[in-house]
Amino acid sequence: MQTEEMRLDGNAAGGVLRDIFARDMTAALATCIGCERTSPVGTLLDYGGDMGVILRCPTCDTVMLRVVVSTPGWFRVDASGIALLLIPSQGA
Amino acid sequence: MSSGIKAIPDAPQRLEWRVARVVEVRRDTPTAHTLVLNVPGWPGHRAGQHVDVRLVADDGYQAQRSYSIASPPEEPTVALTVERIGDGEVSPYLTDVLHAGDGVEVRGPIGGYFVWDIAQGGPLFLVAGGSGVVPLMAMLRHRACAGSRVPARLLYSTRTLDGIIYRDELARLASPELGVTYTVTRDAPASWTGYRRRIDRAMLEEVGWSAADAPRVYVCGPTPLVESVATLLVELGHDPMRVKTERFGPTG
Repeated sequence: MQTEEMRLDGNAAGGVLRDIFARDMTAALATCIGCERTSPVGTLLDYGGDMGVILRCPTCDTVMLRVVVSTPGWFRVDASGIALLLIPSQGA
Repeated sequence: MSSGIKAIPDAPQRLEWRVARVVEVRRDTPTAHTLVLNVPGWPGHRAGQHVDVRLVADDGYQAQRSYSIASPPEEPTVALTVERIGDGEVSPYLTDVLHAGDGVEVRGPIGGYFVWDIAQGGPLFLVAGGSGVVPLMAMLRHRACAGSRVPARLLYSTRTLDGIIYRDELARLASPELGVTYTVTRDAPASWTGYRRRIDRAMLEEVGWSAADAPRVYVCGPTPLVESVATLLVELGHDPMRVKTERFGPTG
């Protein structure tokens, strides 16, 4: 229950994602490689802490995006859980 | 960025950390305080967006949290309502230590998903748990500032009557076009005539619009409430893409 209570979502990760992609990513649509369901990035489940961001599919729990921000000079982004990322080219 | 060029909030741009100045502190409830910030170079925001707040200790240790903006886009200052989490690292500092005149580092606005503008129309169904009411309040203030008559309903769940944030202001805003309904899930006084249980299917049917009215729905609160309400609404026939969610965690 503690883990569930602590779980945030991709909205809270919006600042870090904006840092990397230089645009809002919470309204982008991500397709899960595990269950092929498409969800707004803002609704993905965020299990990351101060070290970075771990976004999981809200349907099947597959890790879709992993970002480590503690490597000086680099963002480490593992997006291997995302089959397709649709990013609005203008504000949603 | 050179002066005179106004940034478009959603245009690709990096987010800068800015030192905001606290201009006012309001005590909304025993544990929720509102910080009104003057943020130099603030590009403006949309209702529902948040900011990241960063605290840096003398030894360089940093702690960062996200807080929703409570003020409408029409106001030049940025108001954050912060719920104090007892053993938290950041919220006790924001609620207990910061005073008018102090500085605090913020970056934002952040978020393009959980946002509502007048132009998106309604009807609007807002469902809040605890301090999850904060971004929804920005939407209701935006609606009021713009003189909009978009039909709106707020269903707000709190543990105690004292825990209701913005209660006086919501009483003033309530109108035939804006319904405000509370449910008090714990320790409701005997005189309380409203709901006294967690939000359930029957309550959503009684308070909200039917799926046929195609409302825009925003649900914000602790994860269990958000997931339960979103699931019930989809079961009631609402389009999942019109049910937008934001989880608030007690991350202090």
